[in-house]
Amino acid sequence: MVMPIMPCAKASLRILILSLAAALWWWDARAQVFEPDTFTLDNGLRVVVVSDHRVPVVTHMVWYGVGAAHEPPGLSGIAHFLEHMMFKGTETVEPGVFSREVARIGGRENAFTSYDFTGYFQTVSRDYLEMVMRLEADRMTNLTITPEQVEVERQVILEERRQRVDNNPPAILAELADAALFLNAPYRRPVIGWEHEIEAISRDDLLAFYRDWYSPANAVLVVVGDITADDLRPMAERHYGIIPSGDVPAWQFPQEPPHAGPRHAELFDERVQEPVWSRTYLVPSYRSGVSAGEAAASERLAYPLQVAVRILGGGPTSRLYQRLVVQDGLAVTAGAFYSPTVLGPARFVVHARPRPGVTLEQIEAAVEAVLAEILDSGFTEVEVDRAKRRLLADAVFARDSADTAAQVLGQTLAIGLSVEDVEAWPERIGRVTLEEAGAALGVVIDRNRSVTTWLRPASGSAAAL
Amino acid sequence: MSRSRNTSRLRTLVLVVAVVLATGVPARAEPVAVQRVTAAGIDAWLVEDHANPLITVHVAFRGGAAADPDGKEGLARMAAALLTEGAGPFGSQEFQLRLEDLAVRLNAAADLDAVSVTLQTLRDVHEEAFLLLRLALTEPRFDAEPVARVRSQMQAAVRRARESPGAETSRAFYATLFPDHPYGRPARGTEVSLATINTTDLRDFVERRLAQDAMVIGVVGAVTPDELKPLLEDTFAALPARAAPIEVPSVKPAADGDTIVVERPFPQSTIAFGQPGVTRDDPDYYAAQVVNHVLGGGSFVSRLFQQVREERGLAYSIYSSLVPFDHSALLLGRASTANAQAGDTIALIRQEWQRMAEHGLTPEEVAEAKTYLTGSFPLNFTSSDRIAGILAAMQHLDLGIDYLQRRNTLVEAVTLEQANRVARELLRPKQLTMVVLGQPEGLDASP
Repeated sequence: MVMPIMPCAKASLRILILSLAAALWWWDARAQVFEPDTFTLDNGLRVVVVSDHRVPVVTHMVWYGVGAAHEPPGLSGIAHFLEHMMFKGTETVEPGVFSREVARIGGRENAFTSYDFTGYFQTVSRDYLEMVMRLEADRMTNLTITPEQVEVERQVILEERRQRVDNNPPAILAELADAALFLNAPYRRPVIGWEHEIEAISRDDLLAFYRDWYSPANAVLVVVGDITADDLRPMAERHYGIIPSGDVPAWQFPQEPPHAGPRHAELFDERVQEPVWSRTYLVPSYRSGVSAGEAAASERLAYPLQVAVRILGGGPTSRLYQRLVVQDGLAVTAGAFYSPTVLGPARFVVHARPRPGVTLEQIEAAVEAVLAEILDSGFTEVEVDRAKRRLLADAVFARDSADTAAQVLGQTLAIGLSVEDVEAWPERIGRVTLEEAGAALGVVIDRNRSVTTWLRPASGSAAAL
Repeated sequence: MSRSRNTSRLRTLVLVVAVVLATGVPARAEPVAVQRVTAAGIDAWLVEDHANPLITVHVAFRGGAAADPDGKEGLARMAAALLTEGAGPFGSQEFQLRLEDLAVRLNAAADLDAVSVTLQTLRDVHEEAFLLLRLALTEPRFDAEPVARVRSQMQAAVRRARESPGAETSRAFYATLFPDHPYGRPARGTEVSLATINTTDLRDFVERRLAQDAMVIGVVGAVTPDELKPLLEDTFAALPARAAPIEVPSVKPAADGDTIVVERPFPQSTIAFGQPGVTRDDPDYYAAQVVNHVLGGGSFVSRLFQQVREERGLAYSIYSSLVPFDHSALLLGRASTANAQAGDTIALIRQEWQRMAEHGLTPEEVAEAKTYLTGSFPLNFTSSDRIAGILAAMQHLDLGIDYLQRRNTLVEAVTLEQANRVARELLRPKQLTMVVLGQPEGLDASP
């Protein structure tokens, strides 16, 4: 169907074409992202506030600087197990009361565990902020756990593992790949834990982990919504300020030794219907590195890498998608991603799914050809400008969602970076040059620091279904 | 503690509104102010918000995947996916590069009852963004390369869905409850049906379905009514005035209480359960929301959550939900448990169904469900894309522009007596149908 172009649209087409050249200007004008206020209580609790008065709602989050990476050997899954137990009551609040109170006022609550941090949140009408704050502060220090609760919750967590991993072949392969990729970093263990170690975690283990790591000095409070720092501060003092500071255990991230050769992990599973090829390179994050000098170099590299990964594999205009999916018709999808907001080394993932009749070997060769071309000739000015614009626009879009603000600020502070790092992000991305983006990829694309994974249907299974 | 909710198949526009409008405000005020903006006969509902330099648009067309012709299942989704793959003077790559260069987010999708197109743009480039939206809606090209590419991607997605227990369970569940109705067909199509969809089908789809009388528009962000009017005219006036009629009959779910097993080599059984629900225009809709909240609705305190997870550790996720479609309605739920516990879990769910049908709710439960539903309402208005979606859904469902002011009053009007009558009438243990995927044990086939 061809509709006639309306006269007004012809004029607009001209605008559209002109604006591409003019579109460069708008990113540098918006250096700030969330414009947060910050303060620190006497006991060391760091507080971040983002005021957003559009609706009378607040999101209240506590982030602890502890996650699966901090688990003692043999107790994989304990950080996540403890996160579940945090909903089981305290010395002063009966089991189930917290969730019932939050539900009664129409609040939403949940929690999550990652390698580097554990977070708890409630989103509630502004009128109930102090109520959830009282309850959250209470469980920062007064948690109680009964042996019966531990046993029931262990079953819930094993079901969670079955749902996330055992029922999901790509997740099984991801566990194999992580264990192969990381030689020493705790990222080699799954966050949810190995089944036999989940079985073995005791009530005493949980309480010891809680006492070690859950304290104001190891936490960040993030509040986003219809509130100001001036109004929040006395509330935070009343509820969190009375908790003793606590000693944060001395702990060093177990760094990676040199990697002597590439790794390969594969899974042939009768349940798999669609093969997948992927490769994960170990690359610098904002925080990785053995020495202070190395860490600073890592952080500097993290910005050009974010531009590079966008050009390489960010969406349908990326090099990988263009070559493998559109031009050569080898793949159904292809892309790459990288997130530097982690304590240890970061994953730089390149992935593709072959079209029927195309082998994983062909995909691997095609991806390597794309990478080799970039390593040889770098990117173009147009590509770098486009990627930067899109990243900087993402920062503007991020301001629209209260959840995004709380997530980004909480995660960044939980791994030891500052609010300034978040706010300066557009400026640092904006400064990335053509040369830096190309060179960054050259530094990190090292087969010896990678694992390649093949997920394939076990032969004949597709026909059997 | 997080609970996953697999709603891939269920994310109809109506569900969005059901969850959104059901989970939800203090009666004192509407969370956002809605105004009607009209130009050249095109109506849009606008929430003006200049806090950020962004504009978000949600356009929905009545009639989704359920209206796909027989044998052409997947047409609505394929056409939607191709709207942004070349339009007007721009080929696929040129169109995508323009979106990328302008940092415009333009996406289209289809669920069972509607085709939705969302646009999010920085204010600076909004004229160009609206132009790209107009081209996508009125002059999609359907060039050979993107048509072949999107078809192969959708066929791969069909195969991939077969390895997902959640997607496979949904497919079997809908096929069971709607055996002779478009709601029982896979919205994503089949490998065979996708292979038959050609350029003529795609062009027909756009001509017949993307029309003004089937369209609702929600707009949120940094735009004034006077600025919006010419944008509405330029963007939407070129659409055909009238859509072809949608031929989807109303249907009662075929729920007869069976437990159906789909054997698959998974260690955990995925259980979908359901029975007839309540349509969106039913006078008992809000009472039914109260009943569902207490039974298995959106919090950690529902009876199903307490009995199945908190007391016994039988599942990580369990919930129930009211899902009103345009032409039917379900009360459905989901749980996953180790194969060996499938029989016990199903028995427990049936028992809770029976208990509530027989004995109803306590006054305290009804009161707390009402404060949950009213208190959580403003939580749905914390980002522009969600608000724009609500504005479109309010129009799709004919709720009225003052609905946000009235909604909590409607919840508060639910009485204990009404909730208990609705629990008795709505909950049908003998119709509660289970679809279990995995290698479940301990099933007694007859309830």
